[in-house]
Amino acid sequence: MPRINSPSELEKLRQGILSDRDPEKPCITLCSGSACHATGSGDVAASIETEIEKQGLSAELDLRKTGCHGFCERGPIIVNHPEESCYFQIKPEDIPEIVSQAVKEKGIVERLLYTDLNTDEKIINESEIPFYKNQKRLVLGSNGSIDPKSIDDYLAIGGYSALEKALSQMTPEQVLEEVKKSNLRGRGGGGFPAGRKWEESRNAPGDIKYVIVNADEGDPGAYMDRSLLEGNPHSVLEGLMIGAYAIGSHEGYIYVRQEYPLAVENLTIALKLAEEYGFLGKNILGSNFNFNIIVHKGAGAFVCGESSALMTALEGRAGEPRPKYIHTAVKGVWDNPSVLNNVETWANVPLIINKGADWFTKIGTEKSKGTKIFSLVGKITNTGLVEVPMGITLRDIIFEIGGGIPGDKKFKAVQTGGPSGGCIPENLLDLEVGFDELSKAGSMMGSGGMIVMDEDTCMVDVARYFIDFLTDESCGKCVPCREGLRQMLKVLTNITEGKGNEGDIKLLEELSEVAKEASLCALGTSAPNPFLSTVRYFRNEYEAHIKEKRCPALSCKELITYHVDPDKCQACMICARKCPADAVDGDKKKIHIIDQEKCTKCGTCFEVCPSRFGAVNKISGESVPPPIAEEKRIITRKSKEK
Amino acid sequence: MDNDRVDQIIDKYQGEASSLIQILLGIQTENHWLPKEALERVSEKLQVPLARIQHIATFYKAFSLVPKGRHEIHICVGTACHVRGATRVLDTVRDLTGIKPGETDLDLKFSLETVNCLGCCALGPVMEVDGKTHGKIAPGKTADVLKNFE
Amino acid sequence: MSDILVRIDGKEVEASQGMTVLEAAQSAGISIPTLCHHEKLEPFGGCRLCIVEVQVGDWMKRVVSCVYPVEKNLIVRTRSEMIDKIRKMILELQLAHAPDSPELLDLAQEYGADKDRFDKEASFCIHCGLCVRYCDEVKKKNAVGFVDRGIRKEISFIPEIAAKECWNCKECFPLCPTEALQAAFVLTKSLTSPPLSHEPSSEE
Repeated sequence: MPRINSPSELEKLRQGILSDRDPEKPCITLCSGSACHATGSGDVAASIETEIEKQGLSAELDLRKTGCHGFCERGPIIVNHPEESCYFQIKPEDIPEIVSQAVKEKGIVERLLYTDLNTDEKIINESEIPFYKNQKRLVLGSNGSIDPKSIDDYLAIGGYSALEKALSQMTPEQVLEEVKKSNLRGRGGGGFPAGRKWEESRNAPGDIKYVIVNADEGDPGAYMDRSLLEGNPHSVLEGLMIGAYAIGSHEGYIYVRQEYPLAVENLTIALKLAEEYGFLGKNILGSNFNFNIIVHKGAGAFVCGESSALMTALEGRAGEPRPKYIHTAVKGVWDNPSVLNNVETWANVPLIINKGADWFTKIGTEKSKGTKIFSLVGKITNTGLVEVPMGITLRDIIFEIGGGIPGDKKFKAVQTGGPSGGCIPENLLDLEVGFDELSKAGSMMGSGGMIVMDEDTCMVDVARYFIDFLTDESCGKCVPCREGLRQMLKVLTNITEGKGNEGDIKLLEELSEVAKEASLCALGTSAPNPFLSTVRYFRNEYEAHIKEKRCPALSCKELITYHVDPDKCQACMICARKCPADAVDGDKKKIHIIDQEKCTKCGTCFEVCPSRFGAVNKISGESVPPPIAEEKRIITRKSKEK
Repeated sequence: MDNDRVDQIIDKYQGEASSLIQILLGIQTENHWLPKEALERVSEKLQVPLARIQHIATFYKAFSLVPKGRHEIHICVGTACHVRGATRVLDTVRDLTGIKPGETDLDLKFSLETVNCLGCCALGPVMEVDGKTHGKIAPGKTADVLKNFE
Repeated sequence: MSDILVRIDGKEVEASQGMTVLEAAQSAGISIPTLCHHEKLEPFGGCRLCIVEVQVGDWMKRVVSCVYPVEKNLIVRTRSEMIDKIRKMILELQLAHAPDSPELLDLAQEYGADKDRFDKEASFCIHCGLCVRYCDEVKKKNAVGFVDRGIRKEISFIPEIAAKECWNCKECFPLCPTEALQAAFVLTKSLTSPPLSHEPSSEE
């Protein structure tokens, strides 16, 4: 591939790619993101290839392995083009039928279509499915239609046209102004306006400036950035290139977790292709603008998501944050001005340049513009990645898009913002999603983790869980975070184990205040949020643990016991056989009893007891009923006996 | 891992001290742990003090200073998996293997690690053994998975 | 160098560009407590004890003075109810590790810190990093370093280097706010187990 040297050569190439492609030609697109891979999309891909071969269709039918479609609950996902019929939870045995229908005009495989849960109607197109219908997939949308390993696919959907526009039609100042006008706020955590950061760097003295992609997505239970990098790496590169042009930077870094092998792979391929095509290197598109990008793999430390820690890591050191009284935009990597934005923020930039700040600011609320991708997970019917306009309510995300809580359970809280965020209770579900709105509710936007919790989730345990996570991930440099969290974890663990004392809440509040006021970096100053938000909205749960030694959600292991109801037990032996601790005493026709000494409270008996019996009880805050007398344990079955 | 191989990895990064973490990752990926001799070699070649290398090798989770077991068990303890009962899965696997997260058993059969998100929350709780995902895993089912490993 | 006028605890102090608030205060004889600060070393900002309140215009914030640069018209308050509360808690947290450190006990008295507030985990080390940084920045030997992170963070000597360099130096010992207990302990341990081929120095 010869280098592209000018905007006109780029346009010619794009036209060439498009004219070689017949939009009417049948094509099977298969989601090959990490989540679908885990559900077996690798095997599905192999069987599609075999089947195309077998049916002799290699000239008539294309297969495209794309990035994540978002509806991970129903993966692996296939969309057949041009009909755009989509199929879910595909197994290799479904492939012969899908392949043969794909080449037929309007061929549909009825049984694999999505069935609407309310109306029982079959839905053909992705856009009609409730999960997708209420989304606005500006950034994530292209994931499903391109092969991330192909730069031609990206060019075919208009890729690199924003870069071309910026370089050939706009001055760096104009690019900066446009981004400032768009009020694009950082999608990684704090929501700091990207344009202001860029401007600070642009105006900072120094010839060497850096632009950095923060792809150290560390929130437990969040994988938005991973999917974007895996599914559409060029969009992130293009954003970074435009940013570099605006700031006057010639060197970029991508700090990506080594735990994301597919993201690293697709990114590396994308960089190589971008270089070959001339989007990187010297004199890009004949504009005199020079730019290169280096991939730096992160070795596993949550704190490196913090900008100054990430920059320390880039320098080849242990990722400890530095005081930021002088912003990293002025004094960052090797003391040079450095602009760091997260994956999703950069991916928004080409859209803003192409469509303009006026278009962008029409989406969202007054202070939060555009869309946000959330990783909607936990106790939710439709687990997956969703992209929604700012200003949508939490209720719409959870119940319209997410399909509500599975198993007839009751919603309790939604946790946003990762370990720095907080839990939002049911009465605030009509809250409009935006940076400031979420902060006001005691949580934060963060990078987009959205974990739904139901009545079985203990909120004290959730706080303990996050503090435990942060204790492990704290860099250990400053006292309020390292020592404060150590003590908070001790107190919270005691409470969940029924060893809580009067005064514990007050002590936790005091430790929180000091961590918030005096910690060195944002990890420490926001660390108390999981506790503060749960105690704010679920104080009664704390009190039940402390005063009554009771876990209302029946979740804390030390505070619950499993018990077989002798009136309901049918002596079927299922729980006895499945118990990994051998704690169930019983026999066929002999009512089972759980040996509390042996029981490890893993809950297996509770889960396997057939629901029509429902004989295993979970109890908390009350003593276990004494076992029934030995002679009463024998069941004599009459008519039911076979 | 001999010095020649360590040198090759160092050369790949032009021997730059700023690439220290990348070089250590290269060694870790290939060798599955960081032997002391390799760290000393890196220290010497890059002119980076061993104390700093030791800090890095213990600061980041990807590195191990001891040999790993033949099979690596990863249990996801991300929030989504946590609310779906990952702790109970972890406890059961701890009982079964006799090791805690971060440890390797004496026979070098299993190494147990917790991870923060495997990116397949729809399948939670998730256990991964040697890269293979076992989704929606109940505590009671872990023994069935682990008994297949020698 | 342009002089910058700041006001610390009501006192006008002349400072120069690039100075930290702590340096400015010290130059005027105003004392701010520190644990991890040392004039020969790069500012660290780890113990947070030197936290103060600064005001520029109407905007008040709390910053740690050992790293915060002076600026024009800065108003600094080194004590307030909140500052004292934070210092008290920091001392209480540290005293759980080093309950016998005279330096900590003196400060505890000043700020009314209860040395028994938290259960003792007497590891002696309070992670001020003075030994590690002194050995690196001043002595350029790097015989001692940090290992691990978070609550598992410790200091650790590199036995080979320690065996060669430390016996004749030991300059870090008096820097330790917990009276070198940990440094000495870790050093001894490193030198004895595993046994080294090293010949004990004649000075022992």
